[in-house]
Amino acid sequence: MKYILMMNATRDVFDWFANWPKEDLEANFAFMRNFNKQLKDEGVLVSTEGLAWPDQARIVRAGPDGEPITDGVFPESKEFLAGYWIVDVESEEEAYKIAARASLAPAPKGTPGTMPLEVRQVMSRPPEDL
Amino acid sequence: MTDQPSNVSIEHLLQTLTPQVLGAVVRKFRDFAAAEDAVQEASLAAAVQWPREGTPDNPRAWLTTVAYRRMTDHIRSESARRHRETEIALETVYTTESVETEPQEDDTLVLLFMCCHPALTPASAIALTLRAVGGLTTAEIAHAFLVPEATMAQRISRAKQSIKNSGIPFSSPTSEERGQRLRAVLHVLYLIFNEGYTSSAGAELRRGDLSLEAIRLTRIVHGLQPADTEVAGLLALMLLTDARRLARTTPAGELIPLAEQDRSVWDRQQIQEGIALISAALPKGSVGPYQLQAAIAAVHDEAARAEDTDWPQILALYDLLSRLSANPMVRLNHAVAAAMVHGATKGLELLDALKADPRLANHHRLDAVRAHLLELAGDRKSAVSHYRAAAGKTASLPERNYLLTQAARLSSEVDALAGIN
Repeated sequence: MKYILMMNATRDVFDWFANWPKEDLEANFAFMRNFNKQLKDEGVLVSTEGLAWPDQARIVRAGPDGEPITDGVFPESKEFLAGYWIVDVESEEEAYKIAARASLAPAPKGTPGTMPLEVRQVMSRPPEDL
Repeated sequence: MTDQPSNVSIEHLLQTLTPQVLGAVVRKFRDFAAAEDAVQEASLAAAVQWPREGTPDNPRAWLTTVAYRRMTDHIRSESARRHRETEIALETVYTTESVETEPQEDDTLVLLFMCCHPALTPASAIALTLRAVGGLTTAEIAHAFLVPEATMAQRISRAKQSIKNSGIPFSSPTSEERGQRLRAVLHVLYLIFNEGYTSSAGAELRRGDLSLEAIRLTRIVHGLQPADTEVAGLLALMLLTDARRLARTTPAGELIPLAEQDRSVWDRQQIQEGIALISAALPKGSVGPYQLQAAIAAVHDEAARAEDTDWPQILALYDLLSRLSANPMVRLNHAVAAAMVHGATKGLELLDALKADPRLANHHRLDAVRAHLLELAGDRKSAVSHYRAAAGKTASLPERNYLLTQAARLSSEVDALAGIN
C-alpha cells in the first residue's frame, strides 16, 4: 500500500528554517540524507523529493487563448509543500511509524514539539471486480 | 568458438561493436529507427547466447547478420503497405555476398552527427547518443537521469521518429556544415559529462557513470579527429574537471567549494593527461571556448593549494573566453577572477553590470557570487541576505543546503561581532 508523507509549512516557517544556526541546519541535512538512505535500505521508499522555495511557486491557469497565465501572489496563511516521501508498506500503521521517524528531524534547541507530517494513502490499489 | 568469456568482456565488446554494426545496417537499409531496434535485439541476443556458447570468431559479422535478419523480418511484416520498398530491400539482402565488409572507420562519427543533429532537443540528443553510440541500455539511461524506464524508452523512440521526420540522412555533413555539426556533437557530449559530474556525490557513482561515458565518447571523437583542437580541449576539460570528483562533496553528500577541497584526493594522473592535451592544443592557434575552459581548469588543478592559484592567469583566460562565449556564467566567473586579482570591489562592480542581463536577473548564481564577493569585501550582513536569496532560487538541494549553511555561518559572525551571544 502506498502512502504519501508530506511536509507542509507556511512561508514564515520556511523563513524561520532559513535563519537556523549553522549546526542545526547541518544536523537537519544529515538527518534527511540518513533517513532517505534508511528507507531505501529497508525497501520501502518509492520516491522522495524536495521542492523549490515557496518564492518560486506559481499558480498557473489557462488564459483566453489557452496560453498559461502565472501568478505568484498567495495568502499569508497558505501552506506550501516543502517535500514528500512516497512509501510502499503493509499497513497504515507502518506508514504512520515512518512519518513519526521523519517527524524527529532535528530543529534548534528549545523548539516546541516535533515536525508534523500529513499522511494520506496514494490511490494505487488495482480495482477489485464490482 | 572461443573459450567461455566473462560477462564483463562481452559487455565491453558489445559496447564497442554496436555503433559499428548500427552504421552498417543504417547504410544498407536507410531506416535509422528500425535499424536501431534491430541492432538492440541482436545485441541482446548476443548477451544471452555468447556467455553460453562462447564468443563467435567474428563477433561483428555475427551481430550484423542477426541485425540484417531482424530488419528483413521487420520489412516483411510491413509488406502490405510498403510493397515496392520491400521488394527492393529484400533484393538488396539476397544479392549481398558477405556481411564481413570492413566497417567505415568513422561510422561512429556519422552516428554521432546524426544523434546530435541540431533539429533534436538536447534531451533527445543525449538519450539517443547514449543509446545508439554509447551502447547503454534504456534502463541504464533512465536510471542515470532519474526517470522511469518507460519514459526514457518513449523519449528515445520519439527522438528516432524526429530523425525520420526531419529526413536527416546517415552521412557525414557537408564541409560547410561540418563545423557547426561538430560543435553540436561536442555540446551534447559536454551536457552528458556535466550531468554525470554534477550528479555524483563523492565516491557514490551512478551506475552507467555518465561522466566516464562522456569521456569515453569524447576520446573516440578525438581519435577520429586528432587535429581538431576544440575536441582535444573538451577532452582535456572533462579530464581536468572529473579529476576533482572525489573532493567535491563530503561523505554525507554536502558540497565543498574549490577553495576548500582536499587536493590530495584529486586524480593526479588524469590531471597530467589533461594538462598534456591542452598544452598540445593551445599552441596550434585555433583557440576556442572548450580549450579556454580547459586551460582555466588546468591552472586550478596545477595549484598545490588554493592559495597558490595563479588568479592573474585565470583572469586573462576569462578575458579571452568572455570575448568568445556569450554564456552569462562566463561573465560571473570572470567577476570572481577579477575580484581575486583586483579586490572584491572590482568584482562587485562587474556584477553590477550583469544585473541588467535578463538571463541572469533571477538566477541564483548571481546572488551566490555576489554574496561571496560581499563576504570577501567584509560586508557580512549583505552577504547573508544574498546567500539566503540565492538559496531561495536554486533548484539543487545540495546547493541550497550549502547556501543556507554559509548564510548561517556568516549570520552568527555578525551576531558575535555585535556582541550578541
